[in-house]
Amino acid sequence: MKKKKVTTFDIINTFIFIFLALICAFPFYYIFINTISGNDLVAKGAITFIPKDIHLNNYLEVFKIQGLFPAFFVSVARTIIGTAFSVIAASFLGYAMTKKEYWNRKFWYRFIIVTMYLNAGIIPAYINMKNLGLLNNFWVYVLPALASPFNVILAKTYIESIPDSLEESAELDGAGYLKRFFYVVFPLSKPIIATVAIFSAVQQWNSFMDTVMYMTKNNFYTLQYILYKYLNEVNTLAQMMQQNATSITNSAQLTLTPASIRFTITAVTVLPILLVYPFFQRYIVKGVMIGAVKG
Amino acid sequence: MKRKGVISNKNGVRLFLLTLPFLIATFIFCYMPLFGWRYAFFDYKAGFSLMDCKFVGFKHFLEPFSNAIVREDLIRVLKNTFAMSLLGILASPLPMLFAIFLSEIRLHKCRKIVQTVTTIPNFISWVLVFSLAYSLFAVDGGLVNNILKALGLSEHGINFLASQDHVWVTMWLVGIWKSLGWSAIMYISALSSVDVGMYEAAEIDGAGRFQKIWYLTIPSLLPTFFVLLLLSIANFLNNGMDQYFVFQNAMNKEHIEVLDLYVYNNGLVGNNISYSTAVGMLKSLISVTLLFMANGASKLIRHESVF
Repeated sequence: MKKKKVTTFDIINTFIFIFLALICAFPFYYIFINTISGNDLVAKGAITFIPKDIHLNNYLEVFKIQGLFPAFFVSVARTIIGTAFSVIAASFLGYAMTKKEYWNRKFWYRFIIVTMYLNAGIIPAYINMKNLGLLNNFWVYVLPALASPFNVILAKTYIESIPDSLEESAELDGAGYLKRFFYVVFPLSKPIIATVAIFSAVQQWNSFMDTVMYMTKNNFYTLQYILYKYLNEVNTLAQMMQQNATSITNSAQLTLTPASIRFTITAVTVLPILLVYPFFQRYIVKGVMIGAVKG
Repeated sequence: MKRKGVISNKNGVRLFLLTLPFLIATFIFCYMPLFGWRYAFFDYKAGFSLMDCKFVGFKHFLEPFSNAIVREDLIRVLKNTFAMSLLGILASPLPMLFAIFLSEIRLHKCRKIVQTVTTIPNFISWVLVFSLAYSLFAVDGGLVNNILKALGLSEHGINFLASQDHVWVTMWLVGIWKSLGWSAIMYISALSSVDVGMYEAAEIDGAGRFQKIWYLTIPSLLPTFFVLLLLSIANFLNNGMDQYFVFQNAMNKEHIEVLDLYVYNNGLVGNNISYSTAVGMLKSLISVTLLFMANGASKLIRHESVF
């Protein structure tokens, strides 16, 4: 095969995209080098492109800040439980909606899909949660995951493509809907379940307004919320930090500063996404394609 | 024959009962809030039961007409909302161009890496985006201002985040940074379904690279572009609020407050529950209407519905 000539256009085009990728990647890199550099240099703004006086102390110290570890725990818990809820709800509803015998299927499918478009707004949502007694309650994070119309569409579209014959043999053996779902359909739907799971996990981990709105007392704060509060109330936390961290070390290079705390909390919050994303990218892309057709 | 119908119907009801918990959850979290719309018709005060509050009919809906201060405030907010939405629509061809030119990169590996890296910002929260922006653009200690000061280009640094002079543009650019790579994915997947034979035929006919882009690639992406454009027009009033909530501060509040944020600030911070419910309700109804109109337009022009 004839090799195509590399033109000026190719060079400029590639260069532009590398530049765009750098713009996207640099902020993450900048945060990271600031978490591992000497804290005194970071406070002076001396770290620009290359880390200096490298140490990992910040990652140990930052968890000693009051409230940070519980917040980390809440974030992890809501991500795991919320994702499990989304996956179960979306896959089982999606499965049930592929069955023609489902009682008034058309009506109930529309009942679910309409919620994507009809939004009551945040004030009625708040009043609703309040009336349900879900304010300052962990379940306010994860129970709404049981109702996720977009994921139901994704799951239904995928499960429709599984040949009926696979389920039929199980049906002849006398297996009921639940058995058929768990032993036949669920294992065959792994790709779409991965898609739903990664979408929900990212959403749960990133979710932040629900903490602002529904956690009026100091409980069940998430990592995102702590970071937000920290960005807004640098002084408050700086005091907290001084109370907690005086005994640890006298070295200026290792002592936590407001700047190094900010960088480190950011890094801790962003790291799970950066670590997980590249491995799940193909499932995410797949979800978009199915969603684009049907959504 | 009749018997079979009875059995399948019995099974259908059983299946319905199995999914009932999820349907109830949908009712509780998506339908019950709609009953909250009735607060818009009362003079609700926090702490009281709705029964004890006065029914005022459409008073809160008419407040912008009767009260000049409310009117001015609402006009300011609508201006922000329209500005941000228009800027968003202005940027809507960018993801398509991104996808087209990305597919022109010959090195497969380079293309994959660029695609992965540019989509990551879409998957971090707005709080994190703000934190990154703060680290880079803060007046004291932000990287960009440190560099500007070191080079002597600016004496006190530029206040990128807490100034009301360029909020719209700043928010626009941050939004593009976050979403450009991800929005391009739609077009990249649409590109992969374009018939390769067409390109080969065009090549035999002596079409150059840009001719192929202009006459083949762009027309094949236009349907996708059109659908997304319609959806963004339908979402004109829904800017979302996370972005503006985290970026808002005392300095830029006047120009950053979009409708969603206005409803929040008025209702949950300012305790104007009834008025902000009325605003939110109108917003929802207008959005749904716009969506149906967008769908109708799509049916009319492309004989295909958006949803």
